[in-house]
Amino acid sequence: MRGSARVLKTYRNDRPYPFCPGCGHGLILNQLDRALVMLGRDPRRVVLVSDIGCQGLGDQYFVTNAFHGLHGRSIAYASGIKLADPDLTVIVLMGDGGAGIGGAHLLNAARRNIGLTVLVFNNFNFGMTGGEHSVTTPQGGITATTRGGNLERPLDLCTTAAANGAGFVWRGTAFDRDLADVMAQAMQSECFALLDIWELCTAYYVPNNAFSRQALEATRQKLGWPTGIIRRAEPETKEYARALNEAAAPRSAVPPLRPRPVVPRYTSGLAREFRLVIAGSAGGKVRSLARLLGEAALLSGLWATQQDDYPVTVQSGHSISELIFSPHEILFTGVARPDALVLVSEEGYKMARRYVEGLIAGSWLFTTPAFAGLETPARKVICDFEAAGIRESKKHLALLTTAVALRRLELFPLDAFADALRGGQRPEIAAESLALLAASASVSGREEEASR
Amino acid sequence: MREFIDGATAVARAALDAGCDFFAGYPISPATPLLLHMVRELPRCGGVAIQTEDEIAAISMCIAAAMTGRRALTATSGPGISLYSENIGLAIMGEVPLVIVDVQRMGPATGGATTPGQGDVQFVRWSTSGGYPIIALAPGSVAECYSLTRRAFDLAERFRAPVFLLTDKEIFLSMSTVALDSYEYPPVRPRALAPAQMDEPYAPYRPGPDHTAPLFSPIGGPHIVRFTGSSHDARGFLTKDPATVGRLNEHLWRKIEDHVAEIELAQADLQADACTLFIAYGITARAMAEAVRQVRASGRAVSALNVQTLWPIPERTLLQALAASADGPRAVTRIVVAELNLGDLRREVERVIYRWAATTGRRAPEIIGLNRLDGEMITPEQFMVFV
Repeated sequence: MRGSARVLKTYRNDRPYPFCPGCGHGLILNQLDRALVMLGRDPRRVVLVSDIGCQGLGDQYFVTNAFHGLHGRSIAYASGIKLADPDLTVIVLMGDGGAGIGGAHLLNAARRNIGLTVLVFNNFNFGMTGGEHSVTTPQGGITATTRGGNLERPLDLCTTAAANGAGFVWRGTAFDRDLADVMAQAMQSECFALLDIWELCTAYYVPNNAFSRQALEATRQKLGWPTGIIRRAEPETKEYARALNEAAAPRSAVPPLRPRPVVPRYTSGLAREFRLVIAGSAGGKVRSLARLLGEAALLSGLWATQQDDYPVTVQSGHSISELIFSPHEILFTGVARPDALVLVSEEGYKMARRYVEGLIAGSWLFTTPAFAGLETPARKVICDFEAAGIRESKKHLALLTTAVALRRLELFPLDAFADALRGGQRPEIAAESLALLAASASVSGREEEASR
Repeated sequence: MREFIDGATAVARAALDAGCDFFAGYPISPATPLLLHMVRELPRCGGVAIQTEDEIAAISMCIAAAMTGRRALTATSGPGISLYSENIGLAIMGEVPLVIVDVQRMGPATGGATTPGQGDVQFVRWSTSGGYPIIALAPGSVAECYSLTRRAFDLAERFRAPVFLLTDKEIFLSMSTVALDSYEYPPVRPRALAPAQMDEPYAPYRPGPDHTAPLFSPIGGPHIVRFTGSSHDARGFLTKDPATVGRLNEHLWRKIEDHVAEIELAQADLQADACTLFIAYGITARAMAEAVRQVRASGRAVSALNVQTLWPIPERTLLQALAASADGPRAVTRIVVAELNLGDLRREVERVIYRWAATTGRRAPEIIGLNRLDGEMITPEQFMVFV
């Protein structure tokens, strides 16, 4: 049915407008009807997205699709429609109120240059709720909420939109004879088009300010703002909805995010759940290490979980990973008391005190000389990689210390961990990790007598 | 065969398998991984994904895209739900199929961005004006992240309503080992479409029989579509006519409430001789499962209920659990409701149980809250002290 465009003499239905006598909204909607007739588009492929306010009633008087949403969000809805179906003609009907509360959407739609035609029914106040001031009320304007005259500078919608990438920007009035032509040009431009259409609110702004058609022009001249087409650019960026749809990566041959089953290649002698906590610093590759340990456990036929704790900062602060390895399914991912703690930084220690305090005789602490003095009933293994001459060992303390731990704990074969390193990292990183793993073999760690 | 996977990946995979082809979102911890998955994967499947200027634009774009026929998804955390609030009402009123993932973090306000919480249970239920019913699913494991996301799309499509997937930082971001054969694949049934040829003009808001959703026609499709968030008649025109408005609002209510039996889900793990019933959901249900395992391993009895639809509350399963115990050798005398909040679910359990007790003349079990607000998870040991 999409191809069978019907030639319409009008896009209006038979419902009469509900607007006040002298209100500009009907004038603008009549020009919109003329513009739609000029373009002759299939009404099923045209959407009027209306905002809240008297102008927001406007979609009900047309035979096109209509989307009547929340106050100020019309540009966001229109963007969603355009992104979903870029061939639709999407027209936004909004007031100066909607342009204020929805300012972020207006700016960003302009910036993206998404192909919407936005008609701002700008009558300088909120007509539907009782004549309160809006972002476009002229300075000195009397409204229900600026009894002594508006102190705020009016927002220049056109310059703002133009400066931020809108491809078609026009200012004029509801009385302009070329308004329908401008609307049609805007719709054909395939740009983000903003038409700032000044008009009269005969219920409030006109009586409160002795305002008139002549006053529209006087106000504009006083502000020194231009009229007519303010920007009409060959869009420097492609229409956004099409660009986004076309920029899609090449279609994937296989459906994305398929399960990556880990086929066990090794065996583990682990007979019960074992809880390992690695406490280090953000940027110390704790979480990525933990993930690879989990993969290694699966490669060895075990079940594993990994739960991380970190602050909102990215490359500073602590980074702690709790791992559980088990011969059976693990139901709860939390670790209250570790069987082994790998502690490699002061930041990790600050947040890992509860794990340190949870260590008991028979549990393990693998750490660096910096924490050699830590009192614990656990078996404490001090690993000095600097003394062993491992270059840049400080950057890799989590991996190196964990490697020492793996050799002692025999949770799963070290070869499984090496396989996980190869399979889960970029080749150059994997090579570095494997070299560190090999180098760590020279450090068995100095085991100290359990203290306390 | 097993995989090592987090909840975020399971949700993304399920969304893609459910035919999701539109995503809009705004970065927020701990929900961002889903935004990243969708921005990377959706274009490869012919879908559209966008990072918007704010959360309001995200849900606005999703609602609009859904009305062109897309299957839309958005994801945020509690602070973002605050910004979704008004548009959640629009999705209810406009009868929009939409899946909203809320990865809960500790609140209020910015709270703990990387800290788990379950404080949005009542929030999502009453997240918008008017008081209309909402559907919210809570996965209690990574495997359930998959099946309940599929289920969320199915419910959103069939009921043409916003559906929450209410999860938490630990279920969503922690890695688990999942046996591939433990995944469940509930069907995702599409919204009912209006025929392309109709004898009378398409009425986008004429309810289906028995208060089911109206027939859908996409904006841009064969019919003229009028979408509105204001009180409207069957054709989508604004009205204040009391009879029409009353019918509409009753429809929005009964569309969910008359079909609760099709929606509610819970996993009951009951023992006939247990006098304690644990109730939990999300990450807390993981601790509950471990506690149940340990209690039973020590030779004692305990029952457990993993609540998968927080809204509607699975009243039928809850009351069946009580009725079953009443017929057994020992009745449930104690219910422990565990959650990382001040009793969001407990007050619903109390409502259901006390009404049951009042209408049946039975003695209501003691209802105890197990709550935690320090950013740590409830542990299995905390459950076990009640047995």
